[in-house]
Amino acid sequence: MELNCKHVWAHISDYIDDSVPSELRADIERHLEHCEICSAILDSTRNILVLTADDRTFELPVGFSKRLHERLARELADEANAPTMN
Amino acid sequence: MKSGEATATASRDEADLIARILGGEKELFHELIRPYERMVYLTVFSIVRNQTDAEDSAQDAMVNAYRHLGKFRGDAKFSTWLTTIAVNEGRQKLRRAKRTKEDSLDEPIEGEEQELTPAPLTDWREIPLEALERKELRETLRNAVAALPDIYRQIFTLRDLDELNVAETAAALGINENMVKVRLHRARMMLQKRLAPLLKTTAPERKGFWGRMPWN
Repeated sequence: MELNCKHVWAHISDYIDDSVPSELRADIERHLEHCEICSAILDSTRNILVLTADDRTFELPVGFSKRLHERLARELADEANAPTMN
Repeated sequence: MKSGEATATASRDEADLIARILGGEKELFHELIRPYERMVYLTVFSIVRNQTDAEDSAQDAMVNAYRHLGKFRGDAKFSTWLTTIAVNEGRQKLRRAKRTKEDSLDEPIEGEEQELTPAPLTDWREIPLEALERKELRETLRNAVAALPDIYRQIFTLRDLDELNVAETAAALGINENMVKVRLHRARMMLQKRLAPLLKTTAPERKGFWGRMPWN
């Protein structure tokens, strides 16, 4: 099926997640071959997702892990807080 | 991405760790949660939206996970179970702070049916991961995520930062899978729309261009 740009935009997220049916995927790819706008939108979206998901973008507060394990150590030391089965 | 086999092994190792913790080797809890510190922090941060509350909530979530470990049945992945606890902890923190009214996540959001148009571009120059060494770029990305409406930011965080799958995200947030997909799509399009024009000007025009960027 011949897709227009708006159809392609509507499926970009599923396309990135590889969760579009194979026939639709083929239609999208045919459109991308000749549409530089949709290709650029897809490339920029993918690029933005990769950059955002990088560990450097969202950093944990300095000392977060150390403070967490100190708190857990106090919790674990207290028998009253031992995990229960219910 | 982990292979299926590696995931299965990790899951067996976790089940073993959990059994030993419940059997009295409680110090192993430190080891059990170590791979999930970042996931729990980002999850609560996406809800409470500031570092101090996020750190408190993340600690509370881990403590709760310890106290209720006996309730973990192994029919869900440990990471999903832990995320559900983190989501609840973050929401409670918000309610206690009375900063927002109760979320009704399954309600349609105004304007949600409207089509979202991405930022039009005719070409995209790949921004390499090394560019993240620049503080300004990291800030631009964080601000764009922070500017997403609450539910979109939470879904984006669970799916794209914590790398939960659609079913796990739906379970942790208590919404259906289709809603996760629809809102994730909108979240990603909102980010593209906001970020692509900003980042386009920072992409290298040609080799050697980095030396002339404003952040140098």
